[in-house]
Amino acid sequence: MVSTSSADNGRSATRAEVCAAAIADAFKDDGEIFASPMGMLPMLGVRLAKLTSNPDLVISDGESLFLAGTPPLFAKAEVVEGWIPFRRVFDVVAHGKRHVMMGATQVDRHGNQNISAVGDFAQPTRQLLGSRGAPGNTVNNRTSYWVPKHSPRVFVERVDIVTGVGPQLAKEAGPGAARYNDIHRVVSNLAVFDVRGAGDTLRLLSVHPGVTLDEVREATGFELEADDVPTTRAPTTEELVIIREVLDPRKLREREVPT
Amino acid sequence: MSIDEVVAELRDGMTIGIGGWGPRRKPMAFVRAILRSDLTDLTLVSWGGADVGLLVRAGKVRKLVYAFVSLDTVPLEPNFQRARQAGTIPEVVELDEGMFQTGLRAAAQRLPFLPMRAGLGSDVLVNNPWIETVTSPYADPDGRHEELVAVPALHLDVALVHLNRADRHGNATYLGPDPYFDDLFAMAAERTFLSVEQVVDTAGLTVETPVQRLLLSRMLVTGVVETPNGAHFTTCTPDYERDEKFQQTYAAAAGGSDSEWAAFEARFLAGDEDAYQAAVREFAEEA
Repeated sequence: MVSTSSADNGRSATRAEVCAAAIADAFKDDGEIFASPMGMLPMLGVRLAKLTSNPDLVISDGESLFLAGTPPLFAKAEVVEGWIPFRRVFDVVAHGKRHVMMGATQVDRHGNQNISAVGDFAQPTRQLLGSRGAPGNTVNNRTSYWVPKHSPRVFVERVDIVTGVGPQLAKEAGPGAARYNDIHRVVSNLAVFDVRGAGDTLRLLSVHPGVTLDEVREATGFELEADDVPTTRAPTTEELVIIREVLDPRKLREREVPT
Repeated sequence: MSIDEVVAELRDGMTIGIGGWGPRRKPMAFVRAILRSDLTDLTLVSWGGADVGLLVRAGKVRKLVYAFVSLDTVPLEPNFQRARQAGTIPEVVELDEGMFQTGLRAAAQRLPFLPMRAGLGSDVLVNNPWIETVTSPYADPDGRHEELVAVPALHLDVALVHLNRADRHGNATYLGPDPYFDDLFAMAAERTFLSVEQVVDTAGLTVETPVQRLLLSRMLVTGVVETPNGAHFTTCTPDYERDEKFQQTYAAAAGGSDSEWAAFEARFLAGDEDAYQAAVREFAEEA
């Protein structure tokens, strides 16, 4: 599909576009590794990084193929550069040359993630996906999280079930768990965090343009370590052109993070 | 063999591994035959999709071993979700999806366990306190002895898998993009029953497809059944893709009222496999 009009590019970035650039930044220093985005905005951000800050990233179709180019969201690849069936994904996880950005139904003060179930594990109030690969990802390769709707129900004091392991629990489990534990970024529709706060806690790195620190505090279910927090950078003109005209001309991003 | 002859080989209380992955290349004709049987108290081992949803909804499962249950385009499997929230699966073992592979590998290699990092620090070990850790006998570069998860072997009485083509002896090939783990399921099991889209001559297996796609050897396979469209409504690429419209209908019924589910069952699951396929054709023509 051809883009709507180049006049769009004069407009300031939408929140979704700010998020895409923030996600891209999470992958910019990764070098030549397998970037594994789960979900739409992470896919957009990873592909944006591949076309700008980190062309060495290896990306897949989310099924079994490594894609040589950088196709638009959900488009068929023109050239395939490798084979990555699920069995090989597990090999790469253990090998470590991978950065996955997962979703999180809950993420807590200590950077633990939950995608298994809400409530008591024995009989949950809401059954979710299950642990998937989160326990293995978080003790083997770099892991980030994407939260499209920042709220106190997502950012909780303590997750109901630990699927993704934060740095504190990894250290408690010993060097076998801590050696490769690398929770890199938590990107939400409001802000960007890492887990280098005091006592291995979530630390606010930046607040998106148009969002106040108080708004982030109100939407977070635990006390935030934050003072003098900068504003998340706006996407460059080049990035906006790539997002709008190349990767996501159908504006799927706006459905996940409405303006 | 026929589908029903395969199911006649199964017994109450057996541990059954189901191949494929989520909503991909599941041996659904076998699953439907189990639904029609009076089998009960099964232990199911599956990277789960509608196979798990259907069997737990029917009350066939005493114990479920899984890492996820999902239909992908419908992320949360409604029958599984309902069963978990109602507490109707007596025993659940939720593993990391890589631990699941390691457990099958241990069984395939006739080992009691294999070591792995996955699970450390997570509630997989809290919710499964019977899963132990093991200390490495070897020092790491810092002189420490790492403690790792001793992933227990996932032994299977029977594995059920669906591939694209096989000969009548059980040599089988997949034609889609991913073998999934069907060979591993077969090696972790005492016996493996295979359904395929088409049974061909042995020579035909490598006519149009490279030899590397031959995933299963006859020495691992006890019985073969030809079940065209037998993975429906999951993918069986390139023979067919997922039937998204049907999956939406399934998910709506599974997540709906008891009478909506009863209507789905009456329309699609009351008869044998031929009746199912006829009902699916009729459903497709309604579009």
